[in-house]
Amino acid sequence: MKIVENHSQLTKLLLKSFTFLLFFSMSFSLHAQDAVDSERQLEGRKLFKSLCSACHKLDKKFVGPALGGVEEKRETNWLKSWIKDNNALRASGDADASAIFDEYNGAPMMSFPQLTDKNIEDILYYTTVGDPKKAATAGGDATVTVTKEASPWLTRILIAIIVIGVLIITNLLKVISQLKGAPKTPGLVANLQELWVGFKRNTFLHVLLTIFLALTTAYVLFGALFQIGVDEGYQPIQPIAFSHAIHAGDNKIDCQYCHSSAKNSKTSGIPSTNVCMNCHKNISEVAEDTKIESMGFGKAELDAEIQKLYTAAGWNADNLTYTGKTQPIKWVRVHNLPDFAYFNHSQHVTVGNQKCQTCHGPVETMDEVYQFSPLTMGWCIDCHKETKVDLKGNAYYTKIHEQLSKKYGVEKVTVAQLGGLECGKCHY
Amino acid sequence: MASNKKYWQSVEELKEGSIVETLSKNEFVEEIPTDEFLGDKETLEASSTSRRDFLKYVGFTTAAASLAACEGPVRKSIPYVVKPDDITIGVADWYATTVADGYDFANILVKTREGRPILVMPNKEANGATNARVQASVLSLYDSQLRLKEPQNKKSFLTWDDADKQIGAKLNELKAANESVVLLTGTLASPSTEKIISEFITAFPNVKHVVYDAVSESGALEAFEAFYGIRSLPTYHFDKARVIVSVGADFLGDWQGGYGKTYAASRKPEIDKMSRHIQFESNMTLTGANADKRVVLKPSEQVFALINLYNYVTSSNLSSKSTPVDAELKKAANQLKKAGANGVVVTGINDKNAQIIAMAINIALQSNVMDASTTNNIRQGNDTDVAQLVADMKSGKVKGLITHNVNPVYSLASGNKFTEQISKLKLSVALSEQFDETASSTEFALPMSHFLESWGDVSATSGVYSLVQPTIQPLFNSRQLQDVLLKWSGNSTSYYDYLKAFWASTILKGKSWNQALHDGVFLETVSNSVSAKSVDLTVASSNLNKTTKSSKMELNLFTSIALGDGKQANNPWLQELPDPLTRASWDNYITMSMTDARELGFSNPVQDNGAINGQYANITVNGVTVSNIPVMVQPGQAKGSIGLALGYGRTQNLKDAMVVGVNAFPLYFNSKSIQTNVTIEKTSGTHKFACTQVQKTIAGRHDILKQATLAQVNDHSLDPKHTWNKPAMVSLNHKEVEANSVDLWDSQDRSIGHHFNLSIDLTSCTGCGACVVACHAENNVPVVGKNEVRVGRDMHWLRIDRYYSSEVSEVGSKEGKLTIRDFAKKYPNIAEKDLERQYAEKVLELSGGDLFAAIETEAENPTVAFQPMMCQHCNHAPCETVCPVAATSHGRQGQNQMVYNRCIGTRYCGNNCPYRVRRFNWFKYSDNSEFDFNMNDEYGKMVLNPDVVVRSRGVMEKCSMCIQMTQATILKAKREGRKVEKDEFSTACSSACTTGAIVFGDINNTEDTVSHLAKDKRAFHVLDYIGTKPNVVYQVKVNNTNEA
Repeated sequence: MKIVENHSQLTKLLLKSFTFLLFFSMSFSLHAQDAVDSERQLEGRKLFKSLCSACHKLDKKFVGPALGGVEEKRETNWLKSWIKDNNALRASGDADASAIFDEYNGAPMMSFPQLTDKNIEDILYYTTVGDPKKAATAGGDATVTVTKEASPWLTRILIAIIVIGVLIITNLLKVISQLKGAPKTPGLVANLQELWVGFKRNTFLHVLLTIFLALTTAYVLFGALFQIGVDEGYQPIQPIAFSHAIHAGDNKIDCQYCHSSAKNSKTSGIPSTNVCMNCHKNISEVAEDTKIESMGFGKAELDAEIQKLYTAAGWNADNLTYTGKTQPIKWVRVHNLPDFAYFNHSQHVTVGNQKCQTCHGPVETMDEVYQFSPLTMGWCIDCHKETKVDLKGNAYYTKIHEQLSKKYGVEKVTVAQLGGLECGKCHY
Repeated sequence: MASNKKYWQSVEELKEGSIVETLSKNEFVEEIPTDEFLGDKETLEASSTSRRDFLKYVGFTTAAASLAACEGPVRKSIPYVVKPDDITIGVADWYATTVADGYDFANILVKTREGRPILVMPNKEANGATNARVQASVLSLYDSQLRLKEPQNKKSFLTWDDADKQIGAKLNELKAANESVVLLTGTLASPSTEKIISEFITAFPNVKHVVYDAVSESGALEAFEAFYGIRSLPTYHFDKARVIVSVGADFLGDWQGGYGKTYAASRKPEIDKMSRHIQFESNMTLTGANADKRVVLKPSEQVFALINLYNYVTSSNLSSKSTPVDAELKKAANQLKKAGANGVVVTGINDKNAQIIAMAINIALQSNVMDASTTNNIRQGNDTDVAQLVADMKSGKVKGLITHNVNPVYSLASGNKFTEQISKLKLSVALSEQFDETASSTEFALPMSHFLESWGDVSATSGVYSLVQPTIQPLFNSRQLQDVLLKWSGNSTSYYDYLKAFWASTILKGKSWNQALHDGVFLETVSNSVSAKSVDLTVASSNLNKTTKSSKMELNLFTSIALGDGKQANNPWLQELPDPLTRASWDNYITMSMTDARELGFSNPVQDNGAINGQYANITVNGVTVSNIPVMVQPGQAKGSIGLALGYGRTQNLKDAMVVGVNAFPLYFNSKSIQTNVTIEKTSGTHKFACTQVQKTIAGRHDILKQATLAQVNDHSLDPKHTWNKPAMVSLNHKEVEANSVDLWDSQDRSIGHHFNLSIDLTSCTGCGACVVACHAENNVPVVGKNEVRVGRDMHWLRIDRYYSSEVSEVGSKEGKLTIRDFAKKYPNIAEKDLERQYAEKVLELSGGDLFAAIETEAENPTVAFQPMMCQHCNHAPCETVCPVAATSHGRQGQNQMVYNRCIGTRYCGNNCPYRVRRFNWFKYSDNSEFDFNMNDEYGKMVLNPDVVVRSRGVMEKCSMCIQMTQATILKAKREGRKVEKDEFSTACSSACTTGAIVFGDINNTEDTVSHLAKDKRAFHVLDYIGTKPNVVYQVKVNNTNEA
């Protein structure tokens, strides 16, 4: 994508109207080609996703047969009676029904007596026309306006001051030498030389420069040393390209669905493979247009990643059985606290009602997870100093909060006031 | 009261000008051996490394280290494939189970983390009580060195199926030929297993089941049988006792499984029901140390003392001999008679007749302390059967032997011959957890599962059924006895199914299995009254007269608190646990009285690093000599007797460091702990003891603990503050004030939130050491080994100090002079701390060496007091103020917090600690082959507590008051949105303490027990006058001196 800046209003308007025109004409042509009753299609799709998709897919065999174009194979009335109560249909001695039942090793299908004929027709309509086609976006590159990065004004001022300072000193030196009676030397080289000579003679400047250099070196060195072991931004490559953006972002799966021990335990817990399989038993492939852009992964690559999960769990996707041959996944740990620091997730998540994002950042937008926070002690302490704890409704805190708020004369006490800065709370 | 006692820790201390005086001035007695790594002048001059080279090396290593530090390691996280439902990662699960290894039996709770058992605690709801060995048993599970891992026969490994086939074939052969096979097990006390064994015998009628206890109680079993017709032991309810007389029974140790819990229940001075305990014994045992009156007599005299006691109590005239302690026996008999049904007599002599006499006294007293209707099943070994087996093995009558978790090659007196006899058998199978001496000499060695990997049931006392459940999958290719026997009997059910069916039909009778499994115990209400048959005591006494032969020197074998019968000899926690009396670890030794030692030329000189040395002796009994046993001079040992602990000296497959001590079982003839006609011969050589007693000296602060008599405590007219629990006084503005009221520091407000206190009742503390091991397990305390303990670098966060005391006042009173109390009244101006010295000088006219000599005479049988000592968590801590980097600081909840990652190892804090409880990591104790204990072992490391960091080299550590446990309790309450419940807080030591001596809690919560104990009239702080304001509070030790 290009970053286009500073388009004039007119250009923008032109582009927009062009886009609209193109889109309108295309959708119109689609309608003209193959009149799809999109209302029925969407209704059918909704029903299919909620009732059928656990066992059926349109294009391939799953727990049950593929249903794409099933209307062409079976009569609608037969399908209706099969869907409403397939047991009764089989009991009535229908040969086709028994054949299907046997083909799938006697795995019974649920009955759906609640479905009306209209519902079933919608579902069947959906199986015939398939998913609504995505309208192609026209207009080429999308217009993205990026605000200019705020200039580091502090640095600029500093540089300006230094430049001005140097200029003043130069001028002063010049004036001094002129006053001393030195001949006016024309030319830049001579000027610089003069400056250098002046500098060499001036002890005060030497001292000033030495102090300046020493301080700068100390500052840079200190900063660099403090960064040792701070892995902010650490983003290791994981054995499986698991995208939190797809799971937690697009599909809005709650963090604690997978990291279920966060509310009870010191560790948030990396989900065991069987938790993945709760969903991925049914989701063996991603939708057509799913992709992880940052990694350049499209459908083919992502489906291969799901296969890795199946290998780990020992799941045979063809006959939908566990083989028993498992292979634990060796994830690379992103957040590493040293052994001497004790951290408890449940204290923060359950008791303190903190959002996961407070420390882990916008995980729901991360394709590959990286360490968002520095995880340094200073970072912990800063938060403990500022965070006021919501103690309402927790009987544990009733008395201590009453006493502390009186002592400190505040309405809500901070973690620090509760003793959250004591060494022994985290180091034992 | 406290002031006229002189507390001392070692015999050496009593000598004038002793080195101990010098040692008391050094916190770290061992100098840093700078010569070793820097070199002395000569070495330096001879060295080819120039200064430039040295700088190069320094530069290179610094650069290399900083480069290496820049790149963090990549860590993997591997989740379960299928997570078990009941496991939450990071949260501990607790299971109720039962330990039953043939020697120790207890209902316990096991803490598991991610499927690994990491801690054992007593199941107090099921009346469980643990000792040090039970606490340590979790580490024996991970003993990858000694445990048998694969089935094997002499030549090679084999599969279980092959083993079943080969052994099955041989069993059938032997059955066809009707040749005798013996199944030799320890005491199982398992109803279902007994049924399985009987079914096995039905399938193979040529098999005979022999029960063998390495340390036998056969005499008591036979005596009980003589009276009540059942081969069993009675149960003793010491909690009901008012007068306890023990003749050589170490019932706080291992006598009949130990009775520490119920004993402590009878020793509560508050309720005015404190029992009077009189101990007649030869060795200084834990029980004797706790007794109100300890009378010393030779082992052989114990027999006559017992008969005399019977005669005095019942006014009978059984044949006996007089003993030097008859006067004391008469007094004891009178007290027993007065106590009537609340009196009890126990004896540790493993002899049917002696046990008959003791039981006869109890029957005569109609004692309700001895409960014959509730039987104690935890010792069933039959000496006659075992002797018969040994004889049959010799004669070749027995053709097959199957052993289960017993080690006769090691623990039989004739063990060395047993190996040879095993090799002649047609079939020899060792079903064993350990690849021990016996398993190494049998044809087949089949690995058995540890009790933490097994199912099972135990009925330790009648009517109480406990369940054993696995807490981990078997670590090795092991099975359990029951599964093996079921298979060999041709029964294809698994033992788990068998057990469930057995319980459903015979024990539960409709009650819930799951409930029983959850509780760990199922109680059956049985009420059967038994009546004693009459037994001819004249026969018993005349037999005793015939068989008891006194001699000049006699040997009293005993089991140590740490190792017991030696089953867990490869357990470093137990090896490092100091003996409660001698304070020596990693050893067994001859204990000898001070008089005998002087006559025979033995002594324990203290070295300038605080370690003590000893000399060796050979002892010979019945022509069998055990050589090179070190000698320890033990105050309180009977003159003319020596003691020696069983259970040491194992060698087969033990780690090198664990091969310590000598095997005393060759002297354990006829399973008798008393052996006469002993000859001692001094040999050459110097033995280096790893003994901690001199290292943590009290630096002349002889008022370190306080004792009072029951009469004083219950005399409400006395104000404790001015009599028996006097605080130290100092002069402030020319006025005497309580020392701890004077303070340099400002006091903090500690009324908000929790404020933790630990209370230790010195009366209830028996010194058993369970807390020390529990602390090891909970806090990842490293084991440092014999050499390091020797130089005072032991890492115990919690130690139990043992103080001997002898009253100088008694020296005076014997000579008809002024007693110290009267002296104090006469000269009220003499300061408390000078009283004793002044008294000795002015009244007794003793000084210097004479004073010490006077004490030493008393020291032949001193009074003993135990004082568990750990970080006192001082509110005004001397350690905190001297730390240059603020690595140790005070928490609002009263805990003195130690931040390892901040510590730079100056050791100032250790120097400044008046309680000597700070421990320095002189080395890296994990992953270090120099310290080849559990932290240097992939299996052994599985026992580590994941919530506590493993400390690295160069940092200080100390008791944290189990801050990880208090924080976990708080967090649990917060998560559940409730207040912390009454007595919900605990520490490892308080959970492990079954006598109730250690109580932990929050003094800001008035419901907590400890909040009352902290204000009790018996409460005092150790060395309170230094103004440290500790958060550990002690309760004055009370002795029942009432002789009437």
